Amino acid sequence: MGADIVSEAGLTVVRGRTQSAATGKASGLLPRLGFAIYLLALMLPIYWLVSMSLRSNEDITSRLAFWPHHPSLEKYFFILSDPTWTHAFLVSLTYVAINTVISVTVALPAAYAFNRYHFIGDKYLFFWLLSLLMAPAAVYAMPFFNLYYAIGLFDTVWAVALAHCLFNVPVAVWILEGFVAGVPREIDEMAAIDGYSFPRFFIRIFLPLIANGVGVTAFFCFMFSWVEQLLATTLTATDALPFAAVMTRSYSVAGMDWSLLATAGVLTMIPGAVVIWFVRNHIAKGFALGRV
Amino acid sequence: MEKPYNNRAWLMVAPVFALVLFSALLPMMTVVNYSVQDSLGQNQFFWNGDGWFRDLLNPSTEIGARFADALLRNLSFSVVALLIEIPLGIAIALCLPRSGWTIGPLLVIIALPMLIPWNVVGTIWQIFSRADIGLFGAALTRLGLHYNVTQEPISAWCTIVVIDVWHWTPLVILLVYAGLRAIPDAYYQAARIDAASRWATFINIELPKLQKVLVIAVLLRFMETFMIYTEPFVVTGGGPGSATTFLSIDLVKIALGQVDLGSAAAMSLVYNLITLTLCWIFFTIMTQLDRRRYA
Repeated sequence: MGADIVSEAGLTVVRGRTQSAATGKASGLLPRLGFAIYLLALMLPIYWLVSMSLRSNEDITSRLAFWPHHPSLEKYFFILSDPTWTHAFLVSLTYVAINTVISVTVALPAAYAFNRYHFIGDKYLFFWLLSLLMAPAAVYAMPFFNLYYAIGLFDTVWAVALAHCLFNVPVAVWILEGFVAGVPREIDEMAAIDGYSFPRFFIRIFLPLIANGVGVTAFFCFMFSWVEQLLATTLTATDALPFAAVMTRSYSVAGMDWSLLATAGVLTMIPGAVVIWFVRNHIAKGFALGRV
Repeated sequence: MEKPYNNRAWLMVAPVFALVLFSALLPMMTVVNYSVQDSLGQNQFFWNGDGWFRDLLNPSTEIGARFADALLRNLSFSVVALLIEIPLGIAIALCLPRSGWTIGPLLVIIALPMLIPWNVVGTIWQIFSRADIGLFGAALTRLGLHYNVTQEPISAWCTIVVIDVWHWTPLVILLVYAGLRAIPDAYYQAARIDAASRWATFINIELPKLQKVLVIAVLLRFMETFMIYTEPFVVTGGGPGSATTFLSIDLVKIALGQVDLGSAAAMSLVYNLITLTLCWIFFTIMTQLDRRRYA
């Protein structure tokens, strides 16, 4: 009987020890501590930015303060009431939206074709697309300027939206292809037998099946277009000046307006945070479903 | 299952193809055009053959030495950044809970740095790394380190690495986390039956299953570090001296700063060719993995 208890206890120990392995999650003090430190390190620069946006310029440049002693929302009101800033914010959102719509729309059929069929040059085209993802924006800044100037799109939201297709279309094709792969081919065949025409099948049956994928793809297009600055500032001058470009202009007006810059910085984080909140559950699920 | 051969699929690829022709090939042709000509101003160009390329690839010329330096600097930066980001990303992804209410907010917090426009990232770190008013700089100085971004080449270089790690480890975390979630429970149950240790589970189950995701993470991170522009441009401006003048920064300096179009165009093409070659290597590895999976 004594032996029974011992073996039982031994089993419990084994079970306890392997519990973490079984769930695939690291537990224990050290990983938790490391994780907490990482999160802290991740948040600190962002906290610093938020804190700066609430302080005055004299306060920022005069001392090291861990929290704003006299917080004020003055700069936020200033930006939100200044047409230059609000217009630039709208411009940024507009070209990001246009770009996301174009990228996802053209990428959807292409992703389907790449996944379902062999055709002449399919491998080369896919590689070419992937390689564009690696094309340095700096290489394209100059020729893009020439191109869009020549066709009269310079300084419009369309120029930036089209230019960002350079890397967003490949990204969209790549991610969507993974999601298309997750849909069994039998569904295509079944729809064909049921007499669905291809466009109707694609829109009525196929699209809802990869809705998650479309969401995740749109998120990535949004993200890459929203954070890109080099092309966006090169292709605009006055009318379609993006938010980031207005920020760089405020550098020189009477020195550095750190407080204003920080406020603008905080505002640029909001759209991204909103978008990621909507797709937070799909990001992990989406990648897992797809080829990635 | 073998894919059917059907050239009508081109119809579906056509919009992407047209867009890519317009936004990639057309501009590239302008670059090719510049790279073989010289200009005397007033839009007068004459044929210069491979002159720009020969200068660029010859380290004994001024532009050649500059290019070789920037290339080396950029490669070492990419390798160091990857060596930190990939293991860190895996470690953090392993610490994330697999389910529960905390995972949503945690993912949002972790992804936040990626959603900040790059020049804002630069602005944040510009202040954050200052020894007098920034927490990071102040902390390092307090520790007795000789830290000054604008004066010390090593400080500047390390700061750019820290920024990149801060900015882009989240991407690795998200990818690896997604990969981990895709591993069926049966594998973990098998590990439990074998009473495998945490480390053995990681080495024998998780790491092999993550192979593909990791190739993608390495590919994306390598290419982006290889093209890094905005952060060093805002934080250090490529300095002090040329300590953080990476390839893209050098290129923009030559093209827009000195308006030396021929050199810049030749440099663009060589730069693009290097990324293309590296991309091809990664692509081959990826398709090999795919084939092995389906075999």
